[in-house]
Amino acid sequence: MQQKLVALSGNEAVAYAFKQARPHVAAAFPITPQTEMMHKYAEFVANGESATEMILVESEHSAMSAAVGSAAAGARTFTATSSAGFALMWEVVYIAASLRLPICMAMVNRALSGNINIHCDHSDSMGGRDAGWIHLFSENAQESYDNGLMAWRIAEHMDVRLPVMVNYDGFIISHTADALHMLPDEAAWKFIGPYKHKYTLLDVENPITVGPLDLTDYYFEHKTSQLAAYDKVPGVVQAVSDEFGKLTGRHYGFAEEYLLDDAEMVMVILGSSAGTAKDVIDEYRAKGVKAGLLKLRMFRPFPAAYVAKVLAGRKAVAVLDRSASFGGFGGPVFTEVRSAMYGQKVPVHGYIYGLGGRDFDLRQVATVLDNLQKVAAGGQIEDVNLLGVRL
Amino acid sequence: MIKTSELHEGGIIREAGNASTYKTGDWRTFVPQFVQENCIHCMFCWIYCPDSAIDIDTSGPKPLMKGIIMDHCKGCGICAHECPPVKKGKAALVMVREEK
Repeated sequence: MQQKLVALSGNEAVAYAFKQARPHVAAAFPITPQTEMMHKYAEFVANGESATEMILVESEHSAMSAAVGSAAAGARTFTATSSAGFALMWEVVYIAASLRLPICMAMVNRALSGNINIHCDHSDSMGGRDAGWIHLFSENAQESYDNGLMAWRIAEHMDVRLPVMVNYDGFIISHTADALHMLPDEAAWKFIGPYKHKYTLLDVENPITVGPLDLTDYYFEHKTSQLAAYDKVPGVVQAVSDEFGKLTGRHYGFAEEYLLDDAEMVMVILGSSAGTAKDVIDEYRAKGVKAGLLKLRMFRPFPAAYVAKVLAGRKAVAVLDRSASFGGFGGPVFTEVRSAMYGQKVPVHGYIYGLGGRDFDLRQVATVLDNLQKVAAGGQIEDVNLLGVRL
Repeated sequence: MIKTSELHEGGIIREAGNASTYKTGDWRTFVPQFVQENCIHCMFCWIYCPDSAIDIDTSGPKPLMKGIIMDHCKGCGICAHECPPVKKGKAALVMVREEK
């Protein structure tokens, strides 16, 4: 497939990906660093390049509410947010998943207040990790664009019907011009295809009730029905990614396995930081250190069986979290990975880094790799460690 | 009640007007017992019942009290409170704790 090489910011790249899906409705409220993405989208609409109906709401709670109404009516729908905007959507974020509505959302990861901070960490999306959405993470503008195309196929698959969040790091990806390959509009449309609804409020011949009161007698059964849906997601994510790989030459799975084949020591990480980690791993590899990287792409549903298999038999694993779980035992990715590794004799340690956009530099990766070697040699370190902060 | 495997995705309800099939009388603590020989068929219970849970026979010249429709009775006790024979010590409606 002939693809155009372009230079775009992550926000522009995702705006293009969403435009290529020809959504019927977009409802969003501006918040840094997501704003530019919706600016770009509004420009498409104003220029007549997109027929999407834009609902300019008065808050993020309204944005997600409008998205839920639109999707329940049977329209292909998206929204976009960051940080406090996502926090304000909270109540309705759960409803979108519970009603099995295939809404796509650009989540431009930014720290939560307080104190107020506009830069990247993953505390926003991580707060919503139990809300029932599918969480995809991206390393750069190319992956943000690709996830922005595949999200529709995954969300709208008849066995899934769940909302998808395309995560990409605020400023680091969203505002940095990056080279990427874009599919021609027609090829992207052929890949995504027209929207098919499973139910719609607009079908007056077959009236339905959506979201009724659900008490002690049925709520548990409805949640059990929802839980079963997540078992079907990994297979669909892989199938869609395989199809996308054949089309574009860019292959995706639940994670990227970087120099993992013979790796004795593995770092697990999400998002843009993987690029920095790869550089330092290359340096250590040149010195003969058998280190590798597992860059998780799908955090929800958490691919526990895959992680347990791919990390089995390693000498040491370090899990890096760009968010803190206050009062919890380490960050969210750490607790998932360690839990998935239950019963294996692989030491797994956690690190918290990069909060509020603190630069994730080469020395921090070196610290982790040095610690991995120490643990692999039988040394002891803390279960949960901090990187790049003044103590 | 139907099982998880029989529910519609997303908890939606596809059967319009199915509220009439929903049995709302499953959360009472007390239940009225009808003592027929004390009943004077005054219809006070039928008038006062907030849930149309009093079953009456209207085939004759005067309506007759038949009993309680348990599908909808919440056990509020208004019928027994308003029942004139109860006030005279000859209870036609007696509230008892329900055994399940």
